[in-house]
Amino acid sequence: MTTLLIRGGHLIDPAAGVDGPKDILLKDGRVAEIASPGKLKLQNGSSADEAVTLDATGLTVAPGLIDMHVHLREPGQGYKETIATGTAAAAAGGFTAVAAMPNTNPVNDSPEITRWMQAPERGAAVRVFPIAAATRGSKGDALNDFAALKSAGAVAVTDDGHPILKDGVMRETLAAAARVGLSVIQHAEDTRLTQGASMNLGPVSFKLGLRGMPPEAESGLVERDIRLVTELRDARAHLHVAHTSTAAAIAAVRQARRSGLRVTCEVAPHHFLLTDEHVGMYNTQAKMNPPLRSAADRDAMIEAILDGVVDAIATDHAPHATHEKEVEFENAPNGIIGLETALGLCLRWLHREWKLPLGRVLSLLSAQPAALLNLKGRGTLAVGSFADVVIFDPKAEWTYRAVDTLSKARNTPFDGWTMQGKVRWTISEGRIAYKSS
Amino acid sequence: MTPVWDCMNASATPVRRQLHLPPVAPSPFPYNPGSLLSVQDLTLEALSYILTRATDLENMDPLVRDRILLKRRVALLFYESSTRTRTSFELAAKSLGADTTLVSSLSSSIEKGETLKDTGLTLRALGAEAIILRHNSSGAAWLLEEATHLPVLNAGDGMHEHPTQALLDLRTILEHLRPGIETVTNETMAGVTVSIVGDILHSRVARSNMLLLPRLGARVVLCGPKELLPELAANAGPGIAVERSLEAALRESQVVMMLRIQAERLAGMQLDLEQYKANYQLTGQRLAAQAPSALVLHPGPIIRGLELTAGVADGAQSAILEQVRNGVAIRMAVVERALATDRKGGGA
Repeated sequence: MTTLLIRGGHLIDPAAGVDGPKDILLKDGRVAEIASPGKLKLQNGSSADEAVTLDATGLTVAPGLIDMHVHLREPGQGYKETIATGTAAAAAGGFTAVAAMPNTNPVNDSPEITRWMQAPERGAAVRVFPIAAATRGSKGDALNDFAALKSAGAVAVTDDGHPILKDGVMRETLAAAARVGLSVIQHAEDTRLTQGASMNLGPVSFKLGLRGMPPEAESGLVERDIRLVTELRDARAHLHVAHTSTAAAIAAVRQARRSGLRVTCEVAPHHFLLTDEHVGMYNTQAKMNPPLRSAADRDAMIEAILDGVVDAIATDHAPHATHEKEVEFENAPNGIIGLETALGLCLRWLHREWKLPLGRVLSLLSAQPAALLNLKGRGTLAVGSFADVVIFDPKAEWTYRAVDTLSKARNTPFDGWTMQGKVRWTISEGRIAYKSS
Repeated sequence: MTPVWDCMNASATPVRRQLHLPPVAPSPFPYNPGSLLSVQDLTLEALSYILTRATDLENMDPLVRDRILLKRRVALLFYESSTRTRTSFELAAKSLGADTTLVSSLSSSIEKGETLKDTGLTLRALGAEAIILRHNSSGAAWLLEEATHLPVLNAGDGMHEHPTQALLDLRTILEHLRPGIETVTNETMAGVTVSIVGDILHSRVARSNMLLLPRLGARVVLCGPKELLPELAANAGPGIAVERSLEAALRESQVVMMLRIQAERLAGMQLDLEQYKANYQLTGQRLAAQAPSALVLHPGPIIRGLELTAGVADGAQSAILEQVRNGVAIRMAVVERALATDRKGGGA
């Protein structure tokens, strides 16, 4: 396997407490050595001549980003995205690992599909960690065999877009997942309150004549789930709230944490940047679920990221074919792509505009999701870890063009937006998965 | 590694900060200056032009009038049933000399699954120079305009807008309350309160009127039960208030616009019609007691005995059929404007 030497860069590894100029040697898919500039020993017979050297002068070197919420559409919907194209986009965005949601066709509710998604034949550019369905067919009734799914490689369970509404089933899911050490991820939406709705309920939906999803549909289910975690009295039970979008849901998570519960949450870039006003005149690129919310909700997302209640930034990358979005707003599918814009938006807004330290931004995009999914040896570049690295120019500004995406899909509200931080190399387990041209 | 939920500082209380935020991009609509998608796209100057031109065209010799758009091609694309709007648009276009063609969802390739975009592009390829669209989805007119860049006249999109209805309502109100005035300003309707009563939530007529009339200085009072009129409707724009009591709304109104309960859009909502009638039906008694000189409007179709009694519909205060007549004049003006090369009544 190639030996890679990253010279002259500035290493930021929040989990290891490193923030300074370092040279890094990657060997056999692992981090072999880290040293001050020019001080690498190049042990085990390697020499600087054998190693491929990447000149990272002026660049930031960090643990590869980890997106704990993506839809890769395989099996079953390869016309929207494939594992190969989705992970190519991930690599271009600086991600070295993505956790793939189970709303595939068929639903990933079996060890066979879980393994199929990770097979080398899929042509993934970076590591794919399947998140398996919690219940059979994600129908919310019969629990899957979590132990079998875990040994097949599943890193968490969820019914994602088909949230588990029945109290008994959710309680069982939390308990059974805790027994095998998996997290339960809930897309918090009381679908009984959102029938026929296509955006956030509020003055904007009223004006546009669209049926709205009340914020309570999200926060009500988060509150219910927290109550179930409390009742379980099992310290191992871990509830993770996916793509949190409302102030009330964040408040519930904040309160649960104060009570010492293992309740965590993620926020997507569009939910801390955009509001329902960005729907404009029925722009289907601004249609997703959970929907863009009010300005007060958006502000609450920013606050919660800045004060540490939010555990991870996750994109909810949801590719759709162009023709699927060119329809009446209420008939358009939910979701936007996000893998290639996450870092650029986080650096541009969270870091530069709202002054979140770079180390905290990178932690939200790497160390923290790695910990949430219990991905051992990832989210850090400590010696012995996987050689998952992103090297980027933190100062570079660039304009995102959806037509240039490596994803199959182009459904994004961020076309033409200014990004900060240009990815130069993405290295997945010691292999260059992306190199900017 | 320490689990994140142990080491995070969750005790901090939120602090409001002044944040610089990404701006909302300006609307690219309308792509075509001849389009009429929303009443909000019309400046006061454009409104005055349309009102004035409606009168001119109405008074014009029909044999002169039908030279104006001679042999121009106008398509009517209707995804919902319609009597008044469809007929008056068709009569308006034809009386200007245009050729019209009607495509309705039940007798076309729409039934076979053709999308609105493809239907629009097909009509354009067939030579349509403007499309008049009635559609059951809010925002459909914007989708069609973006796809075709043709002048699109919104003849009602879902629960969203029905701009020509608001224009003909405005013409009717002005004829009664401000006779002779067609050049409007932001004070033309100062001191006038218009109550819109009934199923506001599902009504595109209500939305277009509540966004249009306050710009001329009128006050709009929305009146109806909570299920059909959410409190947040008051935030839809300036000059809009919510009133739950029909009696109170009538007392302050010079104009009362009654709306039909849109059974086709209730989406499973349970509504007690007897209770509704008891509270919100416009009866001769209520009208005489609370608003004996108010003008009564209704966009139609009316359901006699539900939102209003037959006596009120046919009574002296009713201008319901005048509205229908005004529809032809207004639609002549907007169809002409859609295809005009010299666009005095242009968009924004």
